Order: sequence, then C-alpha cells, then structure tokens
Amino acid sequence: MAEVKLMKGNEVIAEAAIRCGCDGYFGYPITPQSEVMETLMARKPWEETGMVVLQAESELAAINMVYGGACCGKKVMTSSSSPGISLKQEGLTYIAGAELPCLVVDVVRGGPGLGTIQPAQSDYFQATKGGGHGDYHLIVLAPASVQEMNDFVDLGFELAFKYRNPAMILADGVIGQMMEKVQLSPYKPRWTEEEIEKISGSWALTGKKGRERHVITSLELDAHRQEDFNKKLQAKYRKIEANEVRFEKILCEDADYLIIAYGSAARICQKSIELAREAGIKIGLLRPITLYPFPTQAIAEMCGQIKGMLTVEMSAGQMVEDVRLAVNGRVKVEHYGRMGGVVPTPEEIVEALKNNFEL
Amino acid sequence: MTEEIIIAGFGGQGVLSMGKILAYSGIMQDQEVSWMPSYGPEMRGGTANVTVIISDERISSPVLTRFDTAIILNQQSMDKFESQVKPGGTLIYDPNGITHHPTRQDINIYRIEGARLAAESGNPKIFNMIILGGFLKVKPIVKIENVEKGLQKSLPPRHHNLIPMNIEAIQTGMNHIETANQL
Repeated sequence: MAEVKLMKGNEVIAEAAIRCGCDGYFGYPITPQSEVMETLMARKPWEETGMVVLQAESELAAINMVYGGACCGKKVMTSSSSPGISLKQEGLTYIAGAELPCLVVDVVRGGPGLGTIQPAQSDYFQATKGGGHGDYHLIVLAPASVQEMNDFVDLGFELAFKYRNPAMILADGVIGQMMEKVQLSPYKPRWTEEEIEKISGSWALTGKKGRERHVITSLELDAHRQEDFNKKLQAKYRKIEANEVRFEKILCEDADYLIIAYGSAARICQKSIELAREAGIKIGLLRPITLYPFPTQAIAEMCGQIKGMLTVEMSAGQMVEDVRLAVNGRVKVEHYGRMGGVVPTPEEIVEALKNNFEL
Repeated sequence: MTEEIIIAGFGGQGVLSMGKILAYSGIMQDQEVSWMPSYGPEMRGGTANVTVIISDERISSPVLTRFDTAIILNQQSMDKFESQVKPGGTLIYDPNGITHHPTRQDINIYRIEGARLAAESGNPKIFNMIILGGFLKVKPIVKIENVEKGLQKSLPPRHHNLIPMNIEAIQTGMNHIETANQL
C-alpha cells in the first residue's frame, strides 16, 4: 500500500500534478490557494520529470500559457481562486471554443469583487454554466476531501482529454487549507512525443512534418458553420451528461428528508445528519461529485421517497436552481446558506431543516 | 473513539504545529485525522486556532463549533471557546495573560503554566510541546511513542536532533498540569 501522508488540499494538488505526468503548470498567486504553486516551486519537478512550473505575470498570461500548451497536446494546468478565475474566463471560453483539454483548479473564496479570503461556494454558476461568453461547459469536479483533491487531478485530465474539453476542480478554502490523510497516486511518466501523437495527433500542433497543417481557433466567420460547430459541442455535452455523472449517497435508504450539498458543505452536512438522526429525524445526503454534468436523474429518482429537500451551500443559493429543475415541483426544495466566507455550523443546518420542514 | 479538539492562542505560539504533531500522531496509530486552521489574515501576535479531529471512524465535518477539548492559550480564545466545550468536556488553559478565568462547572478544567515553564527552561520554543504534554496527561488519546514517530515524519531530517528535547518538554507538561475543576 502507498504511504499515507498528512497534507493540505492545496499541497496535494501540486503533488498529484507531478505524479500524474503533468507537463506544465502556469499560475499567479492568490489566497487561499497559493500553496499549490509554492509546493510546486519547492518540489522543483523540472529537475525530476521535466514538468514546467511558471509564475506568470498575471492570471491572463497564465491561462493563455495553458491555451498554448494545450494546443500542443500537452497536459497543462493552472489554479487560482475566485477573482483570479474571473480574470481567466476569456481564456477559458477560447479554450472551450477551440476544444482543448486542460485542468483548472478553483479554490473558491467569498465574493463578489475581491471579497474575502475565507471559504465560499458562490462561484457555482460561474463554474457550471460556462463562466465566459458563448454556449459552453467545463467538466466540473467538486472534491470533499484532501484525498479527492489527489484523485481528481488525474480524473480531471482523463476527462479533459477524453472529451477535448477543459475540466475544473471546484474546491473551496476549507478543502484547500485543511490537512487530512492522503494516499498519493503512484507516479505516471509524462507522455512522450510518440504518445502525444497517438493520443492527440489528429488535432494537436505537433509540427506538420508530412501531413496537412492543423489549425486551432475559436473563430468562424460563417454563422451557419459556427452553428454546426455549436451543435457538435452540444452533442458532446449530451454525451458527457449521459456518461460522466458522479455522486455519492449517504444514509439515503430510509431517509424522509434529503440534504443536497457538495464540497466542504457536504462534509459539514454529514455532521448535521449525525445530529439530526440522534434527534430521530431520518435524513440522508446526496453529494454531487460532478457539478457539471449534474446528477439530475439521481435527484429526480429520490422524489418518490423524500418529503423535502434542503440544499446547503456557502452561497445565496445557486445549486438549488439545478435541484429545483431536477425535482420539477414534485417535492419542496429549500435552500440554506451562509455567504461571504462564513462557514455554516452543523447545528445551524439542523435548525434550518427543522424550520423549513416543521420538524 | 472520536476526539474533537480546538487549540487556540496567539500566532507564533506554535498552535498550528502542535495540532499538526497531534494529527500526525493519530496517523501513526492508524486513526482518521483532520486539521483545519483558521487561515484569516492572522500573523504573529494575532489570534490563531486549529481544529483537530482524531477518530477511529471516517470524519464528517472538519469544521466544528462544539468540542470535546479546548486548549486555550490567550484571553481572546478563552472568551470565544469556553462556551463551545461540550458539557462533560475538557478545558485546558495557560493562566499566563488570562484575566477572566473559566467559570463553567459542567466541564473538567485544567491549568498548565506552559509559558512560565518554557521561559524557565530557557527555550521558549518548547512552549507548545509542554502544553501538548499537559493535554496528553489528561487525554491520553495518542501514545508518546506515536508522537515521537509523528515528529520523525513531520520534521525534516536535519531537525531530528531536536526530537528528544521535544519529548522531554511533553514529559514536563505531563508532570505540571493541575486540576482546576474536576467533575
């Protein structure tokens, strides 16, 4: 068995990147995720695997370096926190429009604007509904533990390359800053030129030696051809929605009420469920692991069994809209949230349950 | 067994590293652990606290407001966390700088003169290990040999020569913790 370590979520992102054979990280520091690049700089992977680690002059530069690396079929990534991710939206929509794979880590903090440095989940809309302009989606993974910070780096790259689509790890300040036990993934070598040719040779810019040139762009001047491309993108998203939904159900078998929460909020809710069950309230948790694609079907299927659903988010209520769409009026769906970097307590979530459903 | 602990004091007192050593010790005896710091704009002289959970089972919330044990190292933390100890729980504090001593009757309260003992030893850096020793005397949730193993894991090899001094400080803390209120 691999060695168990005690590490911060942010440190694990860095370690997992090196171990999964990442070719390049381009970032710009911001709390609460600066340990990602700090750890990479301390580890000096360029001496070990040849991975490039570069502190760019700005977030804009960082995401465009990712764009460039992704064009070449390389495994490239960036990380930031909310205000920095907003700056990266232009690059992200271009990357999505050019159908390129990459990994973006967002360790969310309170907003809007510069906001606070404390944990929040108020960037759910931005992450799951595109974020930049145009009809597009990122594949969004929501880790709820330090172990998942490790696991989702590899998974994120896998999905990004499978669908030629940017993937995002949507964490928050709690998951980034906390330390837990983690079993790090074994080392995978970086892809060789031959492997890149095999995996991404049909589109990547690998030098046109003896073949037609590849053009990577998100620009199309003909509206009908752009619409055809949009249809192709939408078909890809339907495929992602059909094949890549991931979620976890905890204590749902006998539940009368359901909490839906992701990331650190889902961890806090597990404590609330322990407290509620001690008080005789049968409650379960459905934790979306992929936020896009959203577990719409799984939530809809719970409607026959459940008397009421409560979404718990560190926001004014964003995911609750997707839950209401899934439920389509069949059961009462309420939201409980804290904002601005305030983390809800397990006790106040139990109170919210009691108040909303008159328990 | 699940022990939910808050360690709170000034930045620079070694609050976060004490929590880390405790968490590492839990790993050394195959338990689940979590370590969640307050990571606001704290710095040396500001307040700092860390929630450490050690459990035989999967840990649910890393963020808590009710604790089995509060280890309190300044007045601001006393004001904030005395009320958050579960009834029947434990409060350990260093009276140095405390003007309002804890008054609850429904919890076990212990005093440890960590700051004074560290100053007398001539090495103020061992303060947090003295406090840790006091805690382990009243709550022996991790074995000393696992603390030692944890130190070996968490410290870079160049600092391994400091481990005996740290273990000695833990012993000092164990020998000097006093009962202030026993249920």
